[in-house]
Amino acid sequence: MVNGYLPTTLKEALELLNEHNLRIVAGGTDMLVQHHNLKTLPIDFKQDVLYIANIPELQGITEDDEYIRIGACEPLESILEHPATPKLLKDTIIEMASPAIRHSGTLGGNIGNASPAGDSLVPLYLMNAALEIQSIEGTRTVDIKEFITGVRKIALKPNELITKIILDKVEFTKAIFKKVGPRRSDAISKLSFAGAITIQDNKITDLRFAFGSVNITVVRHPEIECNYITKTVEELKQSVDDIVGAYQNFIRPIDDQRSNKAYRKQVSLNLLRDFIVTL
Amino acid sequence: MAKIKFQLNGKPVSLETDLNRRLLDVLREDFSLTGVKEGCGEGECGACAVLLDHEIVNSCSVPIANVMNKDIVTIEGYSTTSRYQVLREAFEEEGAVQCGFCTPGMMIASESLLHKNPNPTDEEIKIGLSGNLCRCTGYNMIIKAIKRAMKDGDGKW
Repeated sequence: MVNGYLPTTLKEALELLNEHNLRIVAGGTDMLVQHHNLKTLPIDFKQDVLYIANIPELQGITEDDEYIRIGACEPLESILEHPATPKLLKDTIIEMASPAIRHSGTLGGNIGNASPAGDSLVPLYLMNAALEIQSIEGTRTVDIKEFITGVRKIALKPNELITKIILDKVEFTKAIFKKVGPRRSDAISKLSFAGAITIQDNKITDLRFAFGSVNITVVRHPEIECNYITKTVEELKQSVDDIVGAYQNFIRPIDDQRSNKAYRKQVSLNLLRDFIVTL
Repeated sequence: MAKIKFQLNGKPVSLETDLNRRLLDVLREDFSLTGVKEGCGEGECGACAVLLDHEIVNSCSVPIANVMNKDIVTIEGYSTTSRYQVLREAFEEEGAVQCGFCTPGMMIASESLLHKNPNPTDEEIKIGLSGNLCRCTGYNMIIKAIKRAMKDGDGKW
């Protein structure tokens, strides 16, 4: 039988992580599905479990002039309702799961899970989110794109915990999130897309695109985006074929039970094209 | 094994249990609260919905460890309230119950929605019910029942 640990403070959680090899569980909405057992039997975890959902230091949302900091175990529904949450993240969360799952599921959990279909990862990559990571040795900060290294693979040492998600306070002229799934709620994405643009004096000052569920992790290429900074929207629209072409090789989806390669690729590129031509 | 304490249908309860159990199993097996149904077991159907601190959660997707010191209300506890009476009558009037398997979850979803938003739009009602499946497909009647409850239960939410 595997054990469960239920610390009441962050300090206690970090000490437990330092002493034992533990599976970290936040809201549990995905872990309980992954470790599904026969009815009425305990959840089929393969190693001892650390339950962190209700640790006070991992809750809450704070903001200052530059940053918004979201506690790793703040439930998705609370993030959705908070006035400091960026609109693009709200527009994404409302498309995630259902109210019941959003009351349990956490942003830190969605990141730690590192699914290629993790919806929140798409706006978080687009917004250059950083993660605050703690262990008994101290605190470090890492960019989300450095943190997620593959399908369900993250750069987290066994004694570390994600404690906060840190977002720049940035306002876009237009920012959208689009998800394609079989059902309005509780659907795992076939694919998703986020686009954002800032225009000042008819010149583009910021341009970002991110694609979900079409590679091992979120696809984002600032070296393509930066080619269009200082251009006008009209020039961007004239370049739409070049931009779509530039992403061709980076959109590398798989065939699985939810969708197939050809559909995922075509629809992803269509959403990119639509974002640009409807500006 | 650990000691877990929480409020259940208005009463404090505690039990020695494996922390790695689902809230659903504790409610059904240890407390015989069988109004909490297991449908999909994966958080997609809402048949196992309960209120946790007055917000809907799927009890199949909540480890009992996360329930420490929380307030849980199942359909059995909710059925003792006057809000339940309004919802029940509205469900009956509108024919919102067919086979009935989804009904406890639908009523928990309705309460969670109306508690937070006493005057939801049609779209907000649909979002509020979006995690609950009715395989008899009687969604229109359930939406009508909630709108009737909003009217009949004026001031209760």
